Amino acid sequence: MSLPVRFDGDLADLPTHGFGPRSLTWWGIVGFMVVEGMFFALLFAAYFFILDKEQTWPPQPYAPPGLLAGTVFTMLIVLTEIPNAVIKRAAERFDLRTVRKGLVVMSLLPLPLFVLRGFEFASLNVLWTDNAYGSIQWALLLTHTIHLITDWGDTAVLTALMFTEHGKEANRFVDTSENSAYWRFVWGSWLIVYLLIYWVPRWLT
Amino acid sequence: MTRGLRGLGLTFALAGCHGTQSMTEGAGLQGVQFSNLFTLFSAVTGFFYLLVIVGLIGGLILRPREDRTAEGEKAAGVGFMTWLGGVLLGLTALTVASYVADRNVAAATPAHPTLEVQVTGNQWWWDVTYRNADTGQELRTANELHLPVGVPVRLTLKSNDVIHSFWVPALGGKQDLIPGRTNMLTLLPTQTGIYRGQCAEFCGAQHAHMAIDVTIEPRDAFRRWWAAGLAPAVPPANPLAKAGYQFVMTRQCASCHTISGTPASGRVGPDLTHLASRRSIGAGTFPMTRGHLFAWVADPQGAKRGNQMPYVGLDADQLRAVVAYLEGLK
Amino acid sequence: MSEIARDGETLKGAELEERLARTWSRAPGLWGWITTVDHKEIGRRYIWTAMTFMVLGGILAAVMRAQLARPESGLISADRYNQIFTMHGTTMMFLFAVPVMEAIAIYIIPLMVGTRNIAFPRLNAFSYWTYLFGALLLWVGFILNIGPDAGWFMYTPLSGPQFSPGKRTDIWAQMITFTEVAGIAVAVELTATILKFRAPGMSLGKMPLFVWAILITSIMIILSLPSVALASAMLLSDRLIGTQFFNAFEHGDALLWQHLFWFFAHPEVYIIFLPATGFVSQIVETFTGRRVFAYPAMVLALVATGFLSFGVWVHHMFATGLPRLGYDFYTASSMAVAIPAAIQIFCWIATIWLGRPRFTVPFLYVIAFIVTFVIGGLSGVMVASVPMDLELHDTYFVVAHFHYVLIGGAVFPLLGAITYWFPKFSGRMLSEGLGKAAFWLVVVGFNVTFFPMHLTGMLGMPRRVYTYPADMGWNGLNLLSSLGAVVIWLGGLIFIANVFLALRRPRGAAANPWGGSSLEWATDSPPPPYNFAHQPIATGHTPLWDVTDVLPVMTGLRVDDREQLITTAIEAVPDIRYPSPEPTPWPLLSAIALAALFIGSIFTPWAVVIGAVPLAVGFIAWFWPKSPPSKEPVIE
Repeated sequence: MSLPVRFDGDLADLPTHGFGPRSLTWWGIVGFMVVEGMFFALLFAAYFFILDKEQTWPPQPYAPPGLLAGTVFTMLIVLTEIPNAVIKRAAERFDLRTVRKGLVVMSLLPLPLFVLRGFEFASLNVLWTDNAYGSIQWALLLTHTIHLITDWGDTAVLTALMFTEHGKEANRFVDTSENSAYWRFVWGSWLIVYLLIYWVPRWLT
Repeated sequence: MTRGLRGLGLTFALAGCHGTQSMTEGAGLQGVQFSNLFTLFSAVTGFFYLLVIVGLIGGLILRPREDRTAEGEKAAGVGFMTWLGGVLLGLTALTVASYVADRNVAAATPAHPTLEVQVTGNQWWWDVTYRNADTGQELRTANELHLPVGVPVRLTLKSNDVIHSFWVPALGGKQDLIPGRTNMLTLLPTQTGIYRGQCAEFCGAQHAHMAIDVTIEPRDAFRRWWAAGLAPAVPPANPLAKAGYQFVMTRQCASCHTISGTPASGRVGPDLTHLASRRSIGAGTFPMTRGHLFAWVADPQGAKRGNQMPYVGLDADQLRAVVAYLEGLK
Repeated sequence: MSEIARDGETLKGAELEERLARTWSRAPGLWGWITTVDHKEIGRRYIWTAMTFMVLGGILAAVMRAQLARPESGLISADRYNQIFTMHGTTMMFLFAVPVMEAIAIYIIPLMVGTRNIAFPRLNAFSYWTYLFGALLLWVGFILNIGPDAGWFMYTPLSGPQFSPGKRTDIWAQMITFTEVAGIAVAVELTATILKFRAPGMSLGKMPLFVWAILITSIMIILSLPSVALASAMLLSDRLIGTQFFNAFEHGDALLWQHLFWFFAHPEVYIIFLPATGFVSQIVETFTGRRVFAYPAMVLALVATGFLSFGVWVHHMFATGLPRLGYDFYTASSMAVAIPAAIQIFCWIATIWLGRPRFTVPFLYVIAFIVTFVIGGLSGVMVASVPMDLELHDTYFVVAHFHYVLIGGAVFPLLGAITYWFPKFSGRMLSEGLGKAAFWLVVVGFNVTFFPMHLTGMLGMPRRVYTYPADMGWNGLNLLSSLGAVVIWLGGLIFIANVFLALRRPRGAAANPWGGSSLEWATDSPPPPYNFAHQPIATGHTPLWDVTDVLPVMTGLRVDDREQLITTAIEAVPDIRYPSPEPTPWPLLSAIALAALFIGSIFTPWAVVIGAVPLAVGFIAWFWPKSPPSKEPVIE
């Protein structure tokens, strides 16, 4: 460097990983959660904006979306928090065996969720082309579905990764912990979407 | 200052035959309020700007004394609080003045004016319909507005296609015409004269040619205009005009335009019943002269490309006949 | 552990620098250029690209002024003009103004906070390519005469399927998707860099004001860009797959577009302005020789601006017929947002009073900024009032207002900042003489062009008109504005010539030619690939002014593997040694896959499904970790 230097402390003993806000990965994940959360928040605002213009919600003669598929989906996705929490705690104590088993489970659990999601689309009782109500209902469900698909992809790749030699690195356990945190965002956001799609139309009739 | 600004407007606005579009003209209640507010805002903001400039120049020219830095910092601290206080005061005053101006206008205009006009925006012309609540009579015209001075008028604003904005600067502020919504604008003309307005929301290819000619006149002049406007179209006066009449009734013209008292009753395009008494053609594209009528009818696409009137293709005789008929529609 | 090479007493000086250079360099030639993750290289290419779009946007403006110089000019047809003004606004706002601010931050922030690279450097590379591909989509469309033509803010239903058939608006809407993915990615990188990579000792309360400005701006980007992303996605789906968000006939609402768009676009203008205030603060500090007066007030002003800017968007909708009581709130909030800016203006002027100004070109641009931006701010106060705005809205008065705040408030500081940091970017100084000539032409030309527009607007000339009648009284003012544009162009050309002439000179700039106080001046001009040979310590607000002749540093980072220091978010205490990502082609390949998906999807929805496959491959290859640095402990 251009200025002469004076040594004033050494960094060699610092660790190469940390969990939570100490890690860069956490900040990246939180950053994207805020972005996607904002996207959802604005979708919710649009939902109420469109609702405000209608006499009834859903508008005549549409029936509210069928409850069965969505409710079963909700119950199942909330239950996935059990293996998810196990994985997060295991990652934070570097328990590779539990992490590997848990991630396999988390990679398989979304499959029935996708099937249920298919039934949800089929029971919305309105098409996106019918009117603004239909458009916003489909938009909510589709946005969450994309959310679900991308996080499932992330989890599947992470699962594969943890079965390689990389699985033994400290920073991969940090990634696992962050992936579990992100899954909470996926089902947490779903709870609000679920209420808007299925229950607000029922509460307002 | 308002007079000065109006003078400025007159200097620059040679007015032509279509009236001024200057917002300092102050021909309506809101227009006058605007000019007053503008004077106040200019004074206050101008004062603060002067302070900034003087402060900046002072800082650039004057050299600090090394030994007085601590004093300088303290003085800057006091200056900061003074400045902040001044800015807060100034902004509050302007905000309150703005609210007061708004409330004053609202107070001076009745909630339900008796004169009601519906203005419907189209790409790229104004469909204007006067309704007399008592008699149920309707007067439909296009691209023009006649208003009696001193009488509040409520405009109902709708759109058939995209968002437009109704704006006659001399009278007052603008209001959008939004498809699927009905907006209201109440105006109170305070000065006679001819004025011009223009669509103020980009509405497509010919947004630049969507003007409206406004005439503010004494009440009896308005009543005369109204009565003349309700009368059916003047019949063709000579053989050439009769030939034109025939053409208009039997060809495409009648399917889009209404000429009251004749079979032509299309509502897609502007009402032509009293076309020749308007100041302009094509919503301000051309002034109303015989030559421009020729140009418009011969090739509306050449005159105002993209507008909804198709090229019809008249030969020279048909053109002369049609124009002879149209220029009689006073 | 003893085999791991670290900097310190045993490894310093030329030998250290040579080994660090090897570790942090990218491959030579085209492959290296494609795979680089160096923030300086990516920042420079971002700056070049954004400035190119400024020039292109300026050419469009020149064409517009040529048309409007005379009434009923006939130079350009209505359709072509409508495309041109749409492209001018779109290019300037989406391809120039925000990207150039982010670009300079990408270059300067890691240096200014004392670290070796930006956070998520591969994402940084990816964001550049994504921005470039979106920009190309727009401009190729324009050159092929299918460019957008419904205005840069694309109000529905004009921009909807019925009134804007064809691909024009689709191209615009998808360009938005590209550029906001890029913009959000950079904002996340900058936020993480500022919060986790600051030098030891640079607590939040000691960060330079430019760093604060970028931190606030990045958070604003993260919160506001999703709104335009949602709006453009809704517009595309209305146009391409038949949704009814904006169709009044099926219970949609044209105003939904306006709310979503302006909720983004108002913060957007502060996203452009706040970094410029950061430039001004750094330049004022360096060229008065003292810290900006009232640092806490300056920081609070930045935070307040960021916050308040989200509460004013309805002032763009005063003519749409919403309830008057609601409008009153937005008048108050729009007036309030002027207060933090007024505080900043005072503090800069106070700094000038208390310091010793040096009239270099960057400082001249700061003076021009104050004189010009304040005019724009004050005309903004006028249009914050509803009765005033109902006359002034959508006229040339507003055109004057926003050019005064954007050019006065952002472009002048930008030109000053480019001049200021030019030696750091390139190792050469720009010529002061040419710089001053360009300065005067640009500033005088700007005022000749735009001041008359206040009057033109008050005489009734609306915006976005391709021509005007001859006897409205607007002729002389329009001609004057057009002549002013010629003067701006002359100044711009001299500025550009200054840059190219300087780049032809040999490198020779000192590390700190201006005597600045912040850490970017502690390393060479231009910096070596690793930025700093040892981890610098920040001793206070003005590190280089606090130390006399030696820079305090910390040792112990790895030399043969890329390693950066993570510190704690608030106090910047050293915390973790972070393995920094290496060059890779996957960001570019992923960006190509994403571009194919986005562009394909405006022709068929299947592109989303099919395009997801190569995109997934690209992302997986990108994120697949490299082998761990040698000989660090692993967990069994």
